[in-house]
Amino acid sequence: MSMHTGIFSHAQLADRIGMVLQAEKAAAVYFDNAATSFPKPPAVIGAVTDYMTRVGGNPGRSAHARSVDAGEAVFAAREAAAELFGASNPMRVLFASNATDALNLAVQGILRPGDHAVTTAMEHNSVIRPLREMEARGVALTVVPCPDGRLDPERFSRSVRGDTKLAVVNHASNAFGILQPLRDIAAVCRERGIVLLADCAQTAGIIPIDMERDGIDLLAFAGHKGLYGPTGTGGLVLAGGFDTALLRPLKFGGTGSNSDSEVQPDFLPDRYESGTLNAAGISGLNAGIRHIFSLQDGVKSVHSHKKMLADRFINGVRGSVRGFTGYVPAERIETGVVSFNIAGMEPSEVAYLLSERYGIMCRPGLHCAPLAHRTMGTFPGGTVRFSFGIFNTEEEIDLSIQALGEISSGKR
Amino acid sequence: MKEYCVILFQTVTQSVWTSRLLKKAGIERKMVPIPRSLSADCGYCVRVLRDDAQRVRELLDRSGVGCARIENYQ
Ligand SMILES: Cc1ncc(COP(=O)(O)O)c(C=O)c1O
Repeated sequence: MSMHTGIFSHAQLADRIGMVLQAEKAAAVYFDNAATSFPKPPAVIGAVTDYMTRVGGNPGRSAHARSVDAGEAVFAAREAAAELFGASNPMRVLFASNATDALNLAVQGILRPGDHAVTTAMEHNSVIRPLREMEARGVALTVVPCPDGRLDPERFSRSVRGDTKLAVVNHASNAFGILQPLRDIAAVCRERGIVLLADCAQTAGIIPIDMERDGIDLLAFAGHKGLYGPTGTGGLVLAGGFDTALLRPLKFGGTGSNSDSEVQPDFLPDRYESGTLNAAGISGLNAGIRHIFSLQDGVKSVHSHKKMLADRFINGVRGSVRGFTGYVPAERIETGVVSFNIAGMEPSEVAYLLSERYGIMCRPGLHCAPLAHRTMGTFPGGTVRFSFGIFNTEEEIDLSIQALGEISSGKR
Repeated sequence: MKEYCVILFQTVTQSVWTSRLLKKAGIERKMVPIPRSLSADCGYCVRVLRDDAQRVRELLDRSGVGCARIENYQ
Protein backbone atom coordinates (compact mmCIF):
# COMPACT_ATOMS: atom_id res chain seq x y z
CA MET A 1 0.00 0.00 0.00
CA SER A 2 1.50 3.38 -0.94
CA MET A 3 1.88 5.96 1.79
CA HIS A 4 0.10 8.74 -0.07
CA THR A 5 -3.43 8.73 -1.30
CA GLY A 6 -3.01 11.97 -3.18
CA ILE A 7 -5.35 13.81 -0.81
CA PHE A 8 -4.06 12.86 2.61
CA SER A 9 -1.31 10.56 3.74
CA HIS A 10 -2.63 7.26 5.07
CA ALA A 11 -1.61 8.23 8.58
CA GLN A 12 -3.56 11.50 8.34
CA LEU A 13 -6.53 9.69 6.90
CA ALA A 14 -6.46 7.01 9.59
CA ASP A 15 -6.38 9.74 12.27
CA ARG A 16 -9.33 11.53 10.76
CA ILE A 17 -11.31 8.34 10.36
CA GLY A 18 -10.52 7.37 13.96
CA MET A 19 -11.70 10.76 15.26
CA VAL A 20 -14.92 10.70 13.27
CA LEU A 21 -15.72 7.15 14.37
CA GLN A 22 -15.10 7.96 18.02
CA ALA A 23 -17.35 10.99 17.83
CA GLU A 24 -20.09 8.95 16.15
CA LYS A 25 -19.77 6.21 18.72
CA ALA A 26 -20.02 8.67 21.59
CA ALA A 27 -23.07 10.36 20.08
CA ALA A 28 -25.26 7.29 19.83
CA VAL A 29 -25.70 3.65 20.73
CA TYR A 30 -26.10 1.53 17.62
CA PHE A 31 -28.09 -1.67 18.18
CA ASP A 32 -29.07 -2.37 14.57
CA ASN A 33 -26.14 -4.49 13.46
CA ALA A 34 -28.40 -7.21 12.04
CA ALA A 35 -29.61 -4.70 9.45
CA THR A 36 -26.09 -3.52 8.70
CA SER A 37 -23.11 -3.21 11.01
CA PHE A 38 -21.84 0.12 12.32
CA PRO A 39 -19.22 1.39 12.81
CA LYS A 40 -16.95 -0.30 10.30
CA PRO A 41 -13.37 -1.01 11.39
CA PRO A 42 -11.04 1.84 10.28
CA ALA A 43 -9.18 -0.67 8.06
CA VAL A 44 -12.37 -1.13 6.03
CA ILE A 45 -12.69 2.59 5.41
CA GLY A 46 -8.96 2.70 4.65
CA ALA A 47 -9.29 -0.08 2.08
CA VAL A 48 -12.22 1.60 0.30
CA THR A 49 -10.35 4.90 0.32
CA ASP A 50 -7.22 3.23 -0.97
CA TYR A 51 -9.20 1.68 -3.80
CA MET A 52 -10.84 4.98 -4.70
CA THR A 53 -7.69 7.07 -4.47
CA ARG A 54 -4.93 4.76 -5.66
CA VAL A 55 -6.15 1.50 -7.24
CA GLY A 56 -9.06 2.78 -9.24
CA GLY A 57 -9.28 0.39 -12.20
CA ASN A 58 -11.80 -2.11 -13.47
CA PRO A 59 -10.81 -5.55 -12.16
CA GLY A 60 -9.88 -8.00 -14.88
CA ARG A 61 -10.47 -5.81 -17.88
CA SER A 62 -6.96 -4.56 -18.81
CA ALA A 63 -3.28 -5.10 -18.11
CA HIS A 64 -2.51 -1.64 -16.77
CA ALA A 65 -1.55 -1.32 -13.14
CA ARG A 66 -4.89 0.05 -11.95
CA SER A 67 -6.81 -2.83 -13.45
CA VAL A 68 -4.33 -5.44 -12.24
CA ASP A 69 -4.37 -4.00 -8.70
CA ALA A 70 -8.16 -3.97 -8.75
CA GLY A 71 -8.12 -7.63 -9.79
CA GLU A 72 -5.76 -8.37 -6.91
CA ALA A 73 -7.98 -6.55 -4.43
CA VAL A 74 -11.01 -8.57 -5.50
CA PHE A 75 -9.07 -11.80 -5.44
CA ALA A 76 -7.79 -11.10 -1.92
CA ALA A 77 -11.42 -10.86 -0.84
CA ARG A 78 -12.23 -14.19 -2.54
CA GLU A 79 -9.38 -15.80 -0.63
CA ALA A 80 -10.53 -14.28 2.65
CA ALA A 81 -14.13 -15.44 2.12
CA ALA A 82 -13.01 -18.94 1.06
CA GLU A 83 -10.92 -19.22 4.22
CA LEU A 84 -13.73 -17.91 6.41
CA PHE A 85 -16.28 -20.43 5.10
CA GLY A 86 -13.93 -23.39 4.61
CA ALA A 87 -14.45 -23.32 0.84
CA SER A 88 -11.98 -25.36 -1.14
CA ASN A 89 -11.30 -22.90 -3.93
CA PRO A 90 -11.44 -19.06 -4.00
CA MET A 91 -12.86 -19.20 -7.53
CA ARG A 92 -16.00 -20.69 -6.01
CA VAL A 93 -16.67 -17.43 -4.16
CA LEU A 94 -19.09 -15.42 -6.33
CA PHE A 95 -19.61 -11.80 -5.47
CA ALA A 96 -23.07 -10.28 -5.48
CA SER A 97 -24.51 -6.99 -4.37
CA ASN A 98 -26.03 -8.31 -1.13
CA ALA A 99 -27.40 -11.51 0.39
CA THR A 100 -30.68 -11.08 -1.47
CA ASP A 101 -28.88 -11.00 -4.80
CA ALA A 102 -26.98 -14.20 -3.91
CA LEU A 103 -30.15 -15.94 -2.72
CA ASN A 104 -31.92 -15.03 -5.95
CA LEU A 105 -29.08 -16.41 -8.04
CA ALA A 106 -29.31 -19.71 -6.18
CA VAL A 107 -33.11 -20.03 -6.01
CA GLN A 108 -33.84 -18.88 -9.56
CA GLY A 109 -30.77 -20.64 -10.93
CA ILE A 110 -31.62 -24.08 -9.58
CA LEU A 111 -35.38 -24.43 -9.62
CA ARG A 112 -37.37 -25.23 -12.77
CA PRO A 113 -41.13 -25.63 -13.17
CA GLY A 114 -42.11 -29.07 -11.91
CA ASP A 115 -39.41 -29.14 -9.21
CA HIS A 116 -40.15 -29.23 -5.49
CA ALA A 117 -38.43 -27.05 -2.91
CA VAL A 118 -38.45 -27.13 0.89
CA THR A 119 -37.89 -24.24 3.25
CA THR A 120 -38.57 -23.30 6.87
CA ALA A 121 -41.12 -21.15 8.64
CA MET A 122 -38.29 -18.95 9.98
CA GLU A 123 -37.20 -17.40 6.70
CA HIS A 124 -36.50 -13.80 5.78
CA ASN A 125 -38.43 -12.28 2.88
CA SER A 126 -35.26 -12.51 0.80
CA VAL A 127 -35.77 -16.28 0.82
CA ILE A 128 -39.53 -16.67 0.90
CA ARG A 129 -40.30 -14.06 -1.76
CA PRO A 130 -38.05 -15.57 -4.44
CA LEU A 131 -39.48 -18.99 -3.53
CA ARG A 132 -43.08 -17.73 -3.76
CA GLU A 133 -42.21 -16.25 -7.15
CA MET A 134 -40.88 -19.64 -8.27
CA GLU A 135 -44.08 -21.20 -6.95
CA ALA A 136 -46.06 -18.87 -9.22
CA ARG A 137 -43.86 -20.12 -12.05
CA GLY A 138 -44.71 -23.77 -11.43
CA VAL A 139 -42.42 -24.93 -8.61
CA ALA A 140 -44.02 -26.83 -5.70
CA LEU A 141 -43.06 -25.44 -2.29
CA THR A 142 -43.27 -26.87 1.21
CA VAL A 143 -42.73 -24.57 4.20
CA VAL A 144 -41.87 -26.71 7.21
CA PRO A 145 -43.31 -25.36 10.49
CA CYS A 146 -40.78 -24.61 13.24
CA PRO A 147 -42.41 -24.75 16.67
CA ASP A 148 -40.36 -22.57 19.04
CA GLY A 149 -38.41 -21.33 16.05
CA ARG A 150 -36.40 -24.50 15.52
CA LEU A 151 -36.51 -26.77 12.49
CA ASP A 152 -36.75 -30.41 13.52
CA PRO A 153 -34.54 -32.46 11.14
CA GLU A 154 -37.01 -35.38 11.40
CA ARG A 155 -39.88 -33.20 10.31
CA PHE A 156 -37.74 -31.70 7.58
CA SER A 157 -36.87 -35.19 6.37
CA ARG A 158 -40.57 -36.13 6.18
CA SER A 159 -41.32 -33.13 3.96
CA VAL A 160 -38.75 -34.17 1.37
CA ARG A 161 -40.20 -35.81 -1.76
CA GLY A 162 -38.83 -37.73 -4.70
CA ASP A 163 -38.82 -34.58 -6.83
CA THR A 164 -37.30 -32.28 -4.19
CA LYS A 165 -34.46 -30.36 -5.78
CA LEU A 166 -33.58 -27.63 -3.29
CA ALA A 167 -33.76 -26.93 0.44
CA VAL A 168 -33.33 -23.35 1.62
CA VAL A 169 -32.57 -22.96 5.30
CA ASN A 170 -32.04 -19.87 7.41
CA HIS A 171 -28.87 -20.47 9.44
CA ALA A 172 -29.93 -17.97 12.09
CA SER A 173 -33.05 -15.87 12.35
CA ASN A 174 -32.55 -12.15 11.82
CA ALA A 175 -35.47 -11.47 14.14
CA PHE A 176 -34.86 -13.96 16.97
CA GLY A 177 -31.22 -15.06 16.87
CA ILE A 178 -32.14 -18.76 16.88
CA LEU A 179 -29.75 -21.10 15.09
CA GLN A 180 -30.95 -23.99 12.93
CA PRO A 181 -29.32 -27.46 13.15
CA LEU A 182 -27.71 -27.07 9.75
CA ARG A 183 -25.49 -30.12 9.97
CA ASP A 184 -28.39 -32.49 10.68
CA ILE A 185 -30.36 -30.96 7.83
CA ALA A 186 -27.34 -31.28 5.55
CA ALA A 187 -27.14 -34.97 6.37
CA VAL A 188 -30.73 -35.42 5.18
CA CYS A 189 -29.98 -33.44 2.01
CA ARG A 190 -26.89 -35.53 1.27
CA GLU A 191 -28.78 -38.76 1.71
CA ARG A 192 -31.67 -37.64 -0.50
CA GLY A 193 -29.58 -35.88 -3.15
CA ILE A 194 -30.98 -32.41 -2.49
CA VAL A 195 -29.05 -29.17 -2.93
CA LEU A 196 -28.80 -27.29 0.39
CA LEU A 197 -28.77 -23.50 0.21
CA ALA A 198 -27.96 -21.90 3.57
CA ASP A 199 -28.93 -18.29 4.19
CA CYS A 200 -25.97 -17.20 6.30
CA ALA A 201 -26.79 -13.48 6.19
CA GLN A 202 -26.96 -13.47 10.01
CA THR A 203 -24.17 -15.92 10.79
CA ALA A 204 -21.27 -15.09 8.47
CA GLY A 205 -18.52 -13.75 10.72
CA ILE A 206 -20.57 -14.54 13.83
CA ILE A 207 -20.86 -18.35 13.97
CA PRO A 208 -17.96 -20.54 12.82
CA ILE A 209 -18.90 -22.16 9.49
CA ASP A 210 -17.08 -24.81 7.52
CA MET A 211 -19.02 -25.56 4.33
CA GLU A 212 -17.42 -28.93 3.70
CA ARG A 213 -17.77 -30.12 7.30
CA ASP A 214 -21.26 -28.68 7.68
CA GLY A 215 -22.42 -30.10 4.33
CA ILE A 216 -23.59 -26.79 2.82
CA ASP A 217 -23.74 -26.83 -1.01
CA LEU A 218 -24.50 -23.15 -1.52
CA LEU A 219 -23.87 -20.46 1.08
CA ALA A 220 -25.35 -16.98 0.71
CA PHE A 221 -23.80 -14.19 2.78
CA ALA A 222 -24.09 -10.45 3.24
CA GLY A 223 -20.82 -8.53 3.31
CA HIS A 224 -22.21 -5.54 5.17
CA LYS A 225 -23.43 -7.21 8.37
CA GLY A 226 -21.21 -9.57 10.39
CA LEU A 227 -18.31 -9.19 7.97
CA TYR A 228 -18.15 -5.41 8.50
CA GLY A 229 -17.81 -4.58 4.80
CA PRO A 230 -19.59 -1.71 3.06
CA THR A 231 -23.21 -1.92 1.91
CA GLY A 232 -23.60 -3.33 -1.58
CA THR A 233 -21.48 -6.40 -0.85
CA GLY A 234 -22.41 -10.05 -0.48
CA GLY A 235 -21.97 -13.31 -2.27
CA LEU A 236 -22.70 -16.94 -2.94
CA VAL A 237 -20.11 -19.61 -2.18
CA LEU A 238 -20.25 -22.96 -3.97
CA ALA A 239 -19.00 -26.11 -2.25
CA GLY A 240 -16.13 -27.93 -3.93
CA GLY A 241 -18.32 -30.82 -5.03
CA PHE A 242 -21.21 -28.70 -6.29
CA ASP A 243 -21.87 -29.25 -10.00
CA THR A 244 -22.23 -25.83 -11.64
CA ALA A 245 -24.30 -27.37 -14.46
CA LEU A 246 -27.16 -27.34 -11.90
CA LEU A 247 -27.01 -23.55 -11.51
CA ARG A 248 -28.11 -21.28 -14.33
CA PRO A 249 -26.72 -17.73 -14.21
CA LEU A 250 -29.20 -15.00 -13.35
CA LYS A 251 -27.37 -12.35 -15.36
CA PHE A 252 -25.47 -12.46 -18.60
CA GLY A 253 -22.95 -9.95 -19.91
CA GLY A 254 -19.41 -8.71 -20.01
CA THR A 255 -16.84 -10.57 -17.93
CA GLY A 256 -13.49 -9.52 -19.43
CA SER A 257 -13.00 -13.12 -20.55
CA ASN A 258 -13.81 -14.88 -23.86
CA SER A 259 -14.37 -11.45 -25.34
CA ASP A 260 -14.50 -12.87 -28.87
CA SER A 261 -17.62 -14.85 -27.98
CA GLU A 262 -21.25 -13.74 -27.78
CA VAL A 263 -22.01 -16.59 -25.41
CA GLN A 264 -21.69 -16.48 -21.61
CA PRO A 265 -18.50 -18.24 -20.37
CA ASP A 266 -19.09 -21.53 -18.57
CA PHE A 267 -16.20 -21.27 -16.07
CA LEU A 268 -16.00 -19.85 -12.56
CA PRO A 269 -16.37 -17.19 -11.38
CA ASP A 270 -17.12 -15.43 -14.69
CA ARG A 271 -20.19 -17.53 -15.48
CA TYR A 272 -22.01 -15.81 -12.61
CA GLU A 273 -20.29 -12.43 -12.40
CA SER A 274 -21.34 -10.31 -15.36
CA GLY A 275 -20.72 -6.59 -15.22
CA THR A 276 -18.20 -4.56 -13.24
CA LEU A 277 -17.97 -5.74 -9.66
CA ASN A 278 -18.28 -3.42 -6.69
CA ALA A 279 -14.48 -3.45 -6.37
CA ALA A 280 -14.36 -0.54 -3.91
CA GLY A 281 -16.86 -2.27 -1.65
CA ILE A 282 -15.22 -5.66 -2.07
CA SER A 283 -11.86 -4.13 -1.05
CA GLY A 284 -13.56 -3.00 2.12
CA LEU A 285 -15.15 -6.43 2.58
CA ASN A 286 -11.71 -8.01 2.37
CA ALA A 287 -10.50 -5.71 5.15
CA GLY A 288 -13.63 -6.50 7.18
CA ILE A 289 -13.10 -10.26 7.00
CA ARG A 290 -9.44 -9.82 7.83
CA HIS A 291 -10.45 -7.70 10.81
CA ILE A 292 -12.43 -10.68 12.13
CA PHE A 293 -9.43 -12.95 11.51
CA SER A 294 -7.25 -10.51 13.45
CA LEU A 295 -9.34 -10.84 16.61
CA GLN A 296 -7.99 -13.26 19.12
CA ASP A 297 -10.00 -16.46 18.42
CA GLY A 298 -11.49 -14.89 15.27
CA VAL A 299 -15.16 -15.73 14.65
CA LYS A 300 -15.39 -17.57 17.98
CA SER A 301 -14.63 -14.38 19.87
CA VAL A 302 -17.37 -12.55 17.95
CA HIS A 303 -19.81 -15.29 18.94
CA SER A 304 -18.86 -15.17 22.59
CA HIS A 305 -18.94 -11.36 22.70
CA LYS A 306 -22.46 -11.34 21.25
CA LYS A 307 -23.63 -14.05 23.63
CA MET A 308 -22.19 -12.13 26.55
CA LEU A 309 -24.01 -8.93 25.52
CA ALA A 310 -27.33 -10.73 24.92
CA ASP A 311 -27.06 -12.54 28.28
CA ARG A 312 -26.27 -9.33 30.10
CA PHE A 313 -29.22 -7.61 28.48
CA ILE A 314 -31.74 -10.35 29.19
CA ASN A 315 -30.59 -10.84 32.77
CA GLY A 316 -30.55 -7.08 33.30
CA VAL A 317 -34.06 -6.34 32.09
CA ARG A 318 -35.54 -9.00 34.30
CA GLY A 319 -36.88 -7.17 37.30
CA SER A 320 -35.95 -3.69 36.14
CA VAL A 321 -38.14 -3.30 33.06
CA ARG A 322 -41.85 -3.46 33.76
CA GLY A 323 -43.92 -5.48 31.26
CA PHE A 324 -40.88 -6.80 29.40
CA THR A 325 -41.59 -9.82 27.19
CA GLY A 326 -38.75 -11.69 25.56
CA TYR A 327 -39.48 -14.51 23.14
CA VAL A 328 -36.38 -16.67 23.29
CA PRO A 329 -34.44 -17.82 26.37
CA ALA A 330 -30.95 -16.29 26.57
CA GLU A 331 -29.24 -19.64 26.10
CA ARG A 332 -30.88 -20.10 22.70
CA ILE A 333 -29.83 -16.71 21.34
CA GLU A 334 -26.62 -17.26 19.40
CA THR A 335 -26.18 -14.15 17.25
CA GLY A 336 -26.70 -11.19 19.57
CA VAL A 337 -30.23 -10.55 18.30
CA VAL A 338 -32.91 -9.94 20.94
CA SER A 339 -36.58 -9.39 20.09
CA PHE A 340 -38.88 -8.06 22.81
CA ASN A 341 -41.96 -6.03 23.63
CA ILE A 342 -42.96 -3.70 26.45
CA ALA A 343 -46.53 -4.23 27.65
CA GLY A 344 -48.96 -1.60 26.47
CA MET A 345 -46.59 -0.04 23.93
CA GLU A 346 -46.14 -0.40 20.20
CA PRO A 347 -42.65 -1.52 19.11
CA SER A 348 -42.33 1.59 16.98
CA GLU A 349 -43.13 3.81 19.96
CA VAL A 350 -40.47 2.13 22.09
CA ALA A 351 -37.91 2.46 19.31
CA TYR A 352 -38.83 6.09 18.77
CA LEU A 353 -38.39 6.97 22.45
CA LEU A 354 -35.11 5.05 22.64
CA SER A 355 -33.80 6.99 19.71
CA GLU A 356 -35.16 10.44 20.62
CA ARG A 357 -34.43 10.41 24.34
CA TYR A 358 -31.42 8.16 24.65
CA GLY A 359 -29.77 8.02 21.24
CA ILE A 360 -30.27 4.25 21.12
CA MET A 361 -30.89 3.04 17.58
CA CYS A 362 -32.71 -0.22 16.95
CA ARG A 363 -35.30 -1.64 14.59
CA PRO A 364 -38.99 -2.18 15.43
CA GLY A 365 -41.59 -4.08 13.41
CA LEU A 366 -41.40 -7.26 11.39
CA HIS A 367 -37.76 -7.07 10.23
CA CYS A 368 -38.58 -8.28 6.69
CA ALA A 369 -39.48 -11.60 8.28
CA PRO A 370 -43.29 -11.88 8.61
CA LEU A 371 -42.99 -15.66 8.38
CA ALA A 372 -40.64 -15.87 11.37
CA HIS A 373 -42.86 -13.48 13.36
CA ARG A 374 -45.93 -15.64 12.60
CA THR A 375 -44.02 -18.68 13.79
CA MET A 376 -43.06 -16.96 17.04
CA GLY A 377 -46.53 -15.48 17.61
CA THR A 378 -45.47 -11.86 17.16
CA PHE A 379 -47.28 -11.16 13.87
CA PRO A 380 -48.56 -8.62 12.90
CA GLY A 381 -47.48 -6.34 15.75
CA GLY A 382 -43.84 -7.29 15.56
CA THR A 383 -41.18 -6.62 18.17
CA VAL A 384 -38.43 -4.24 19.13
CA ARG A 385 -35.15 -5.76 17.97
CA PHE A 386 -31.77 -5.05 19.49
CA SER A 387 -28.91 -6.50 17.47
CA PHE A 388 -25.45 -6.19 18.95
CA GLY A 389 -22.12 -5.94 17.16
CA ILE A 390 -18.45 -6.32 17.95
CA PHE A 391 -18.11 -2.67 18.95
CA ASN A 392 -20.96 -2.67 21.46
CA THR A 393 -20.01 -2.59 25.12
CA GLU A 394 -21.42 -3.69 28.46
CA GLU A 395 -21.90 -0.01 29.37
CA GLU A 396 -24.16 0.42 26.35
CA ILE A 397 -26.20 -2.61 27.40
CA ASP A 398 -26.57 -1.16 30.91
CA LEU A 399 -27.59 2.21 29.50
CA SER A 400 -30.27 0.55 27.37
CA ILE A 401 -31.61 -1.40 30.35
CA GLN A 402 -31.89 1.83 32.32
CA ALA A 403 -33.58 3.54 29.37
CA LEU A 404 -36.10 0.73 28.97
CA GLY A 405 -36.75 0.82 32.72
CA GLU A 406 -37.64 4.50 32.50
CA ILE A 407 -39.71 4.10 29.35
CA SER A 408 -41.64 1.15 30.79
CA SER A 409 -42.47 2.98 34.00
CA GLY A 410 -43.72 6.02 32.14
CA LYS A 411 -40.80 8.26 33.16
CA ARG A 412 -40.28 9.71 29.74
CA MET B 1 18.23 -11.69 -23.66
CA LYS B 2 15.84 -13.31 -21.22
CA GLU B 3 13.42 -15.85 -22.67
CA TYR B 4 9.83 -15.83 -21.51
CA CYS B 5 6.63 -17.87 -21.55
CA VAL B 6 3.11 -16.65 -20.93
CA ILE B 7 0.51 -18.58 -18.99
CA LEU B 8 -2.99 -18.11 -20.34
CA PHE B 9 -6.10 -18.84 -18.38
CA GLN B 10 -9.82 -18.89 -18.91
CA THR B 11 -10.43 -16.10 -16.42
CA VAL B 12 -8.43 -13.26 -15.01
CA THR B 13 -9.23 -14.60 -11.54
CA GLN B 14 -6.88 -17.49 -12.31
CA SER B 15 -4.22 -15.04 -13.51
CA VAL B 16 -4.39 -13.04 -10.30
CA TRP B 17 -4.34 -16.18 -8.19
CA THR B 18 -1.31 -17.45 -10.11
CA SER B 19 0.47 -14.15 -9.75
CA ARG B 20 -0.02 -14.30 -5.99
CA LEU B 21 1.13 -17.92 -5.79
CA LEU B 22 4.27 -17.13 -7.78
CA LYS B 23 5.01 -14.14 -5.63
CA LYS B 24 4.76 -16.29 -2.50
CA ALA B 25 7.03 -18.89 -4.11
CA GLY B 26 9.55 -16.21 -5.07
CA ILE B 27 9.20 -16.85 -8.81
CA GLU B 28 9.68 -13.82 -11.08
CA ARG B 29 6.44 -12.92 -12.89
CA LYS B 30 4.66 -10.03 -14.56
CA MET B 31 1.10 -9.40 -15.66
CA VAL B 32 1.03 -8.60 -19.38
CA PRO B 33 -1.77 -8.15 -21.92
CA ILE B 34 -2.64 -11.37 -23.72
CA PRO B 35 -0.71 -11.33 -27.04
CA ARG B 36 -3.18 -10.93 -29.94
CA SER B 37 -1.55 -13.86 -31.72
CA LEU B 38 -2.60 -16.17 -28.88
CA SER B 39 -6.11 -15.01 -28.04
CA ALA B 40 -8.67 -12.35 -28.82
CA ASP B 41 -9.29 -11.69 -25.12
CA CYS B 42 -9.10 -8.23 -23.65
CA GLY B 43 -7.71 -9.56 -20.36
CA TYR B 44 -4.20 -10.24 -19.16
CA CYS B 45 -1.95 -13.21 -18.57
CA VAL B 46 1.12 -14.01 -16.51
CA ARG B 47 4.59 -13.84 -18.00
CA VAL B 48 7.35 -15.98 -16.46
CA LEU B 49 10.90 -16.96 -17.38
CA ARG B 50 10.99 -19.91 -19.73
CA ASP B 51 13.32 -21.70 -17.30
CA ASP B 52 10.64 -21.52 -14.59
CA ALA B 53 7.85 -22.95 -16.77
CA GLN B 54 8.06 -26.49 -15.40
CA ARG B 55 8.06 -25.32 -11.77
CA VAL B 56 5.11 -23.07 -12.50
CA ARG B 57 3.17 -25.89 -14.14
CA GLU B 58 3.70 -28.07 -11.09
CA LEU B 59 2.68 -25.29 -8.72
CA LEU B 60 -0.55 -24.73 -10.66
CA ASP B 61 -1.38 -28.42 -10.66
CA ARG B 62 -0.84 -28.62 -6.92
CA SER B 63 -2.83 -25.53 -5.93
CA GLY B 64 -6.06 -26.17 -7.84
CA VAL B 65 -5.90 -23.04 -10.01
CA GLY B 66 -7.02 -25.14 -12.94
CA CYS B 67 -6.04 -25.71 -16.51
CA ALA B 68 -3.73 -23.27 -18.21
CA ARG B 69 -1.97 -22.96 -21.53
CA ILE B 70 1.71 -22.16 -21.47
CA GLU B 71 3.07 -20.56 -24.64
CA ASN B 72 6.37 -19.10 -25.71
CA TYR B 73 6.47 -15.32 -25.67
CA GLN B 74 8.72 -12.92 -27.48
C1 LIG C 1 -31.67 -13.84 7.31
C2 LIG C 1 -31.48 -12.80 6.26
N1 LIG C 1 -31.51 -13.15 4.98
C3 LIG C 1 -31.32 -12.24 3.99
C4 LIG C 1 -31.10 -10.91 4.27
C5 LIG C 1 -30.91 -9.95 3.13
O1 LIG C 1 -29.65 -9.39 3.19
P1 LIG C 1 -29.27 -8.17 2.23
O2 LIG C 1 -29.91 -6.97 2.82
O3 LIG C 1 -27.76 -8.14 2.24
O4 LIG C 1 -29.78 -8.48 0.87
C6 LIG C 1 -31.07 -10.50 5.60
C7 LIG C 1 -30.83 -9.09 6.00
O5 LIG C 1 -31.57 -8.19 5.85
C8 LIG C 1 -31.27 -11.46 6.61
O6 LIG C 1 -31.25 -11.10 7.89
